Amino acid sequence: MSSYEIFVIVFIMALVMVLGGSVIGLLLSPKSENAQKGEQYESGIPTRGTSWMQFKVGYYLIAILFLMFDVEAVLLFPWAVIMKGLGAEGLYAVSFFLVVLILGLAYAWRKGALEWK
Amino acid sequence: MSLELIDGINKIHTLLTDNIEATWVSLIEYVLVGLGFLTLYALIALFLIIFERKICAYFQCRLGPNRVGPWGIFQVIADMVKILTKEIIPLKHNDKLLYYAAPFIVIMGSLLTFGGLQFAEGVYGVDFNVGVFYLLAVSSISIIGVMLAGWSSNNKYSLIGAMRSGAQVISFELSACLSMMAIVILGGSMNLSALMAAQEDAWFIFQSPFTWVALVIYLIAAHAETNRGPFDLPEAESELTAGYHVEYSGITFGFFYVAEYCNLFINAAIGTLVFLGGWQALHIPGCEGFNAVMDAIPSYIWMFGKTLVLIFLSLWVRWTFPRLRIDQLLHLEWKIMLPFSLANILLMAIWVIYFK
Repeated sequence: MSSYEIFVIVFIMALVMVLGGSVIGLLLSPKSENAQKGEQYESGIPTRGTSWMQFKVGYYLIAILFLMFDVEAVLLFPWAVIMKGLGAEGLYAVSFFLVVLILGLAYAWRKGALEWK
Repeated sequence: MSLELIDGINKIHTLLTDNIEATWVSLIEYVLVGLGFLTLYALIALFLIIFERKICAYFQCRLGPNRVGPWGIFQVIADMVKILTKEIIPLKHNDKLLYYAAPFIVIMGSLLTFGGLQFAEGVYGVDFNVGVFYLLAVSSISIIGVMLAGWSSNNKYSLIGAMRSGAQVISFELSACLSMMAIVILGGSMNLSALMAAQEDAWFIFQSPFTWVALVIYLIAAHAETNRGPFDLPEAESELTAGYHVEYSGITFGFFYVAEYCNLFINAAIGTLVFLGGWQALHIPGCEGFNAVMDAIPSYIWMFGKTLVLIFLSLWVRWTFPRLRIDQLLHLEWKIMLPFSLANILLMAIWVIYFK
């Protein structure tokens, strides 16, 4: 196939797989009721409080750093495709861009954003 | 076989166009293509499950499953039937919509990536002009499903598992992305067919010394993205019971399981296509006789053979090394692999401009 309909098809097939599997599972599986059954499984200990709460900020820092480098990757991919045509001048321009980014990484490193505390 | 397959598809197409109206023909073909993808996806997952169980058994000096069918190969069918007959436990305190959407998003992300691959000469779903970029983009959809699964379960283990998984996958995504960029620089295109054509004389790993660096970085990053092996922090059994899918039971857990194995295949297949020549045979420029012998082997055997080698490497690592701590994991990515991959891009560009 030459066109992009494949993505719609695959999307629908994922839906078919999940819905079909769930329906077959619901039809075949046994059902039973129990007062304790719907509780969270936390190694058999009664749950204390909710799990929807504030969480460690370290993950947030990683996400921010990821965002910086991911956008950089998006910007660099078009350059990578036409790099042979641009030659040395394109390389100098991009190296300047990369140096600025590496300085950013060095700053985060120096400030301890990459340490896990 | 790939040519015979294309012939067969063309025969079906002429048969349909002769008998039915054009709109119905395309509809029927869409359904056939979709079912073909789904079957291949499920078969690969089933094969990899039994493959991994046998391999890990041999690594641990066990026999592995050996009762159901010859060498236990039907064990995986029996397991599949069993998981369908297990109760889907209704939870009381979770977010129902997100909880049931999570397996769908995980499966969808992995199937979309699967649809962008090439399986043999001329056998692919779509020939996208930004093929490599597309594969990188959609392969990270699954992580949204994982985060939703962990968050919506309202369970502390799930939450910690999902957060770890998020941090790990997005971190290693960068290195995978940058190592692919080195190949795009060398190949001069993001289209998979163009990259395949560029690898006809020699696979990319034989074209430049920096491709080896990129390959090693990609293999580590891809292994970490599947949440397996020494990087299995998100589902570390000994501390988080099962991580983000603690609260999933029956077939809803099965979806995560299938997606995990298919992601193993998908990552190995992307590595094969981009670094190891995909379905191209091993060619040595100048050795006509050798090239002719290699060309006699069909392209789908090359593709799946090389993919299987990478999968075996991944299993080997998984069953050999102990688990990393999260600070060691982030140290590996941000302080070792990321600087190396950035340097690799620059060196590759300099090499392509001045030495090629």
